[in-house]
Amino acid sequence: MTSMTTFSTTDPQGARAHARAMAGTQVETMPTVPAGSTPDLPPGVTPESMVWEETIGAGGYAAKELERGARLRLVDLRGDACVSMLIFNAQRPIERLNVADTMKVQWNAYLQAGRLLLSDMGRPLMSILADDAGTHDAFCGPSNERTPRPYSDCGAWGSHPNARGRLLLGVAKFGLGRKDVHPGINWFKGVRIAPDGTTILTAGPFPPGRSVLLRAEMDIIVVLTNCPHVLDRRPTYEATPVRISAWRGPITPADDPIRNATPECLRAFLNIEEYLHR
Amino acid sequence: MNNTAYAGLPRTIRVDAIIAARSPWDGLVNEGETLRILDLEGNQAVDFLLYCAADDSERYSAQDTIAAQANILLRTGSILMSNEGRPMARISATTVAYHDTIGGACSCESNTLRYGHHTKSQHACVDNFLISHARDGRGKRDIVSNINWFMNVPVEADGTLGIVDGISAPGLYVDLQMQMDVIAVISNCPQINNPCNGFNPTPVRVVIASDERV
Repeated sequence: MTSMTTFSTTDPQGARAHARAMAGTQVETMPTVPAGSTPDLPPGVTPESMVWEETIGAGGYAAKELERGARLRLVDLRGDACVSMLIFNAQRPIERLNVADTMKVQWNAYLQAGRLLLSDMGRPLMSILADDAGTHDAFCGPSNERTPRPYSDCGAWGSHPNARGRLLLGVAKFGLGRKDVHPGINWFKGVRIAPDGTTILTAGPFPPGRSVLLRAEMDIIVVLTNCPHVLDRRPTYEATPVRISAWRGPITPADDPIRNATPECLRAFLNIEEYLHR
Repeated sequence: MNNTAYAGLPRTIRVDAIIAARSPWDGLVNEGETLRILDLEGNQAVDFLLYCAADDSERYSAQDTIAAQANILLRTGSILMSNEGRPMARISATTVAYHDTIGGACSCESNTLRYGHHTKSQHACVDNFLISHARDGRGKRDIVSNINWFMNVPVEADGTLGIVDGISAPGLYVDLQMQMDVIAVISNCPQINNPCNGFNPTPVRVVIASDERV
């Protein structure tokens, strides 16, 4: 950070000089603008196709509209991120992620490569193209301000923000509100179900660099936050930075293996293709 | 109906209604009152949502309920939590071992994925919820992951899950003691393509009881 002592901020000119002197400051948790200027492009991705490059730290949140075909990559940089996620149809946000349909339609509760994230209208919002983490959660949703925690200051902002409060801020910036914070997904922290129904959290920390690669199957709004998992019982607020990268990509072709993997997947793609065939 | 339907309930019966097969129902249930839902003919899924009567943007949250009890199954003693992390109701009794809250509601749209486009025209729980909501100024944004009373959704070790034959029977019930004033919204599930209703939707009965003397 530039030293404050060289500026007088008693008048607008001084305040302007002080403000402008901050330009170029680099911190770990910030967006890279333009996204294509990142020195560390995803493999095979051109600077021109990059549409989003941002790192969010503990308690951070971010939201972005992505076009159909876009790829979204999340990297758990140091192995202790928990990314809560909401997804909406960008054109009509009344259509949104439905975790129950995502599980029930695909006959499986555990998110992994090859699976779809389904909307409440029988259409895919996103596909999971790759996943080298394998520990995710579609059961427990985001923490909220009343989640039992051994630390304080767990409001929508401050030292230990809760995930729901952060998602509420993310959706608000698209004109959405409390009723739009729908049941969501937690990436990187795993929840498995025991035979008696017990939720078993695999909290890590994990090796650094685990990632998930998603593909938008319609124009979407994604809202993300990085807060400790709701079942995380550790005494301190643990969430290491997550890197978000997105780039334009080809629309899913007719011979796509995920599209054709199961009869349910194929009908979901037929539905989205029909919806967009106007 | 005979008195056995009231067994164990508080003495003042304020509501006693039959919800016809495939039909929606909604009603205000006050803090302290008990809502009993009876599975009259057995294995009839009852799709269920709760809204805080004072502010319906606070509503039942399956995910918060699961996280709070660290278990996906609803049993006697389970607390139904809101999206704001507040207790809305407690399962004060149930004669069924467990109930579901991960399976969600059937919809015309999801039916096309699960069974084929020939099922799009069939009646579905989401349509029932929308019909109830429209009467009360709510809409599609208010539909969230719900409870399925009397429905059985096992999750296997590899995550495989599905709606399978039920474990309910005629006359079994669930009692909810409300922890706040709520609007309860029910879809008596019309699904005919899976075992959640034994492939045959049937009526259920709702009773609202309290200790208050009229």
